[in-house]
This record gives sequence, structure tokens and C-alpha cells, in this order.
Amino acid sequence: MKPGLRGIQGNHACAFGAVAAGCRFFAGYPITPSSEIAEKMATLLPKVNGTFVQMEDEIASMAAVIGASMGGEMAMTATSGPGFSLKQENLGYAALAEVPCVVVDVMRGGPSTGMPTRPAQGDIMQARWGTHGDHPIIVLAPGSAQEIHDQTIRAFALAEQLRVPVVLLYDEILGHLLESVTLTEDAAVLHRVWASGRPEDYRPYATGDDLVPAMARPSDGYRAHTTGLTHGEDGFPTQEPAEAEAATRRLLDKLEHHAETIEAVDCEEVDDAEVLVVAIGIVGRAARRAVREAREDGIRAGLFRPITLWPFPERAFAAAVRGVRAVLVPEMNAGQLRLEIERLCPDGATVCGLERLDGEAVEPQAITKALATLMKGGPS
Amino acid sequence: MIDEAELASFDIQDYLRLSMMPHFLCPGCGHGIALRALLWGLHEREVDKDNLAVVSGIGCSGRLGAYIDANTFHVTHGRPLAFATGLKLARPDLTVVVITGDGDCLAIGGNHLIHACRRNLDITCMMLNNEVYGMTGGQLSPTTGEGRYTTTTPHGNPEPGFDACALAEAAGAGLVGRGLTRQVSALKDLFVDALGHDGFSFIEVISDCTEIYGRKNDLGSSATMVMNQVAGMRPEVDSNIVDQPFRPTALRTGVVARNARPEYGAAWRAHCARVNG
Repeated sequence: MKPGLRGIQGNHACAFGAVAAGCRFFAGYPITPSSEIAEKMATLLPKVNGTFVQMEDEIASMAAVIGASMGGEMAMTATSGPGFSLKQENLGYAALAEVPCVVVDVMRGGPSTGMPTRPAQGDIMQARWGTHGDHPIIVLAPGSAQEIHDQTIRAFALAEQLRVPVVLLYDEILGHLLESVTLTEDAAVLHRVWASGRPEDYRPYATGDDLVPAMARPSDGYRAHTTGLTHGEDGFPTQEPAEAEAATRRLLDKLEHHAETIEAVDCEEVDDAEVLVVAIGIVGRAARRAVREAREDGIRAGLFRPITLWPFPERAFAAAVRGVRAVLVPEMNAGQLRLEIERLCPDGATVCGLERLDGEAVEPQAITKALATLMKGGPS
Repeated sequence: MIDEAELASFDIQDYLRLSMMPHFLCPGCGHGIALRALLWGLHEREVDKDNLAVVSGIGCSGRLGAYIDANTFHVTHGRPLAFATGLKLARPDLTVVVITGDGDCLAIGGNHLIHACRRNLDITCMMLNNEVYGMTGGQLSPTTGEGRYTTTTPHGNPEPGFDACALAEAAGAGLVGRGLTRQVSALKDLFVDALGHDGFSFIEVISDCTEIYGRKNDLGSSATMVMNQVAGMRPEVDSNIVDQPFRPTALRTGVVARNARPEYGAAWRAHCARVNG
């Protein structure tokens, strides 16, 4: 792969980003509209002596990715809504056992088989809460082919650094959108911290202040135990209340502790905004144009686009929403992002949704119109 | 017969995490015997514990991994073969052993077994068959014989059971075998064979659940159940179901099948070499 400017689709940008980051293992299962990622990985990985394997199902591909990562490789899988549902079981395992991995979900219409070739943004809540139990997970929501490439690299960096599964979440339009992308050849993502020191002193889930445990690599002499059961610092199952509470709390606190590293947003014209548009993915692009047009029409609009979707960038949002009278949340679902914004909005600010469930994109004109309507009447 | 000198050279404690003792298996359970045979086989193959990865699923069988002093991975229900596939492809240098059970491997994980056999990666899979879901309290499993009583077949099992080795053979596993906890030395020899085989090995172990399944079906004491493992000796099921295509009493033991096929990890690496010309 040669670095430099290319005209490629978002899904291919993801694959190129993954290989540049150091991903050397991909397990997948065909599903529209994400299959191009698997196809490109099947082309690229043999050239770097990596491994591509098409597994028997979505569950197995998630399992194989975790298995490869436990062996020490940077590993990724890619899917869409129905497959993402199936991956939730093992995503929970990766979250609890703290196995770094990257999962791409290219969103299509749902629920169920839904509209396989049409775009949607209906997996926002599934990405956060899809697997059972309280668990840490990072979800990145890029907004262009270039950002897909760059955020794929960042996804590996975060997964490795924090020992957490990272989901790259974008819609079908971005997946298939042909755009100019500057490819990175070697992003030199650092691997996770490997256990070092005397094996007899090693405690697999003991951490320092950063709350991230060092991982034992098979054959390094640590002979550690890894389990999906709630475990103590020694890695073995526990049901002792204080130990179980501490283990789960540390898992959740880990991401809170690293919130600044994890948070990423794209803001435009928020400083003096009286109305804020919050949107992700392709809708974020429509929103940008709408905000610019609204400004031309004399409406002081601003854009808040979370690039890190989960944990939601609460601090950045609090700063952006200060002084705002109304927030508009255009999205291709029935209001999943709006729910989060309502939770975070100060009293007095009106939160309005602009939703599409018809497999079509939210267009800039619709957002501009909604902004005009919202500001003409004035918030109550 | 057990070779005394051979037996003396093997100290199971060298392979166990003694800090995990006492184990949680019920009195009379066959799983400990199966574990002993597996560890004995690993010892004969001189597998370095640092280089050994054991992947196990959920159920009584899945808990055995934690007792082995190696790199052990206790994963999700039914998925150990899928995890192991990723691990072995990423780390061909490791000896990868999967421990699973009849429910884990044949019901929720059945699809993974088929494709692990087809792919033929160099993994040794030990499937403990006790014909029941023991850990959850004794429910019907895919290998429960027709007419047998479990908590979810209180009137007798109306379903036919499953011949796992026939499936593994048909799906292309490199080596397929079946052993009994009654015959520990023969079982160990099966593992020695399997661990030395370059490809996917599937070893089914008939391991009795006396505490739940034996009691429910009036199969006698654990000693009686073990003695009755020899083909044809297990008591007939009291049932009016006459058509029994599969009967655990009539299963073959030893190496059931050998398929001389290329090992997949090597095939993949050769594929990469070809691509890179």
C-alpha cells in the first residue's frame, strides 16, 4: 500500500487505516453494507503476513478476533446491525476480560433484516448497551471517508492503550461514499502494555493509577487465567461482594479516568450560538451545511458533532451548549441521540428532534428549515 | 494395561494449579479422570506449560481450564473452538487445547465444531460427554439418549441423541477418537495421538455425571456407571420408544477416523507466501 491521496470508499478507508495501525488479524462474515471491509482486508493482510479468516458466523468472527488478540495480535472485525447483534455476547467478554479489539458496525435500516442496502443510524444505543451488564465500551462515529481512516487508527490506539473494545460506528452512506482520502502508511500504534517482571509477582488485573492492567502474553511465562466470570485481581472467579464490586467499578472508572484521551468532538460556530445542531456521521455533514446557511440567514446556529460518541463527550457538550436556547438533533432513527442530549441539556433549553426512518438521509434543507421554524417561533 | 514406569514418571501436580484446589466437581464425576488423562498425554508429548494454551467454554467441562497450570482462557458458552481458531491462527507456535462439553460443543457451539473440523487447524479438542447439562442442574443435552430422564424431559426424552464422532468425521476432522474414563491409559494414548497429529483432533470422552444424571436415571453408583461404560453393558433405557437410531451403549472407542488433510495454519501461510510471490 502506498501512502498518499486516493479516491476510495469509506469501507476501504477503514481497511487501509486498520492495516496502517498494525492490525494483522481480521475475522469476519459477509454482511451488507460492510462486506467491502472484509474484502479489502482479505486482499491486504496476506501481503503483510497477517491473517484473514472468514468465519462460520458473526459470533465466531468476534470470538476469533478476541482469541487472536489474546495471542497478542491487533485484531478487527466488521459487520452491520444484524451481525452486530450477534457479536454482543463476545463483545461483553472483551469488555470484562479487557481484551483489545476493534469492531466496525456499518449501520443499515433496522430492526431485524430491515433495509440491508439503505442507510440508518439506529445502532447508537445498541453500540452503547448492546451487551448485558454494566460494561465499558468506546464508540467512535466518523463523518467522512478520511475520518473513517483516521478514526480506525485511533480506534486501535484506544483499544490497545486502554484494553477495551472499540466500536467504529458509521452509516451505509459513509461506508460507500467515494472520497479523497490521504492514506497513512504506518501509523505506528503502540501495542498494549505487556506484563513484565517476575511471573510469581504478576497479578493479571492489578493496576496502577491509570487503572489499565498489564496483559500477559502467552509463552511469556506468566501462565495467566482469563475468564468471562467476574474475577479478582488474580484473574480467577470471585463472588466475594467487595471484590466483585471493586472489579466492576474499576472497569467503569477506567474510561472515566481517561475521558480526556477518549473524548473527540468537531464544533463549528458554537461560541455565540443560540441554537445548536447535534448530529453524527453523514447527518453531521448535512448539519454543517445547514448551520452555515442558517448563519447567512441571520440565525446564530452552531454545530456539535461528537466523533467519540460513547462515552458521550459530556464536558465538551456542556461547554458548547452554554447560552444556547434550543438544540436540534437530526438523525436517521427515532430519536436515540436526542435522548442523550435531553439528559445533558440544562433546564430551559428546548431539544427538538428531526428524524427519518425511511432509509433516506436527512438533507441539509430539512435541517435549515427546522432551524428557521425553531428560531422563528422562539423557544417557550 | 497401565505401564507402571510410565505412570510413575507423571506427577499430575506438576500440571495443576494447586491453589485452585479443592476442585468443584461432584463426587463420582468423570471429568477429573478425563483431565488426568489429558494432562498425562501433554506430559508424554513434553508440551511446555508456558507454550500451552487451553481454551474452554461454559459448563462443568469449561471449569477444568482454571485447574491447569498453563495459559488458560475460559470463554463464552459454545465458543471455545471459535476463540481457539483466532488464537491458533495468530499464534501457530502455541499448543492449543480446547476443553468443551456435549452441550457447549454440540448444541450452542455445534456450528463452530463443524467448521473447526472442516478448517483442520492444529487444535486438540476434548469434548466431555456426560449426556446432560450438569452445571445448570441436569437438563436435556444433544447426547441424552432417547427415553432418558432429565429435568427438562421429566417424562423421558422424546428426541434422539447425537453421535459427535460421526459428525466430526463427516465434517473432515483430521483425527477423531472416543475414549472412556474407565480406560484412563487408553484415553491418555488417544491424547498422545491427538496432540501429535498435525491438524484438528476431536476426542470425545464418555464421562459420567453420577450425581444428577445417574441418580435421575437410576444408573447405579459412580463405580457401576464407570464399569458400564464398556459398550453394550449400559442398562437399556426403560422406554416405549422403539426406534433408537443412536444409542450410547453401542459406540465405538479408540481412533474412530483419520482424515489425511492439510493443516490449515500451514495452508494459510503458504497462501500468504504465494500472494507475496
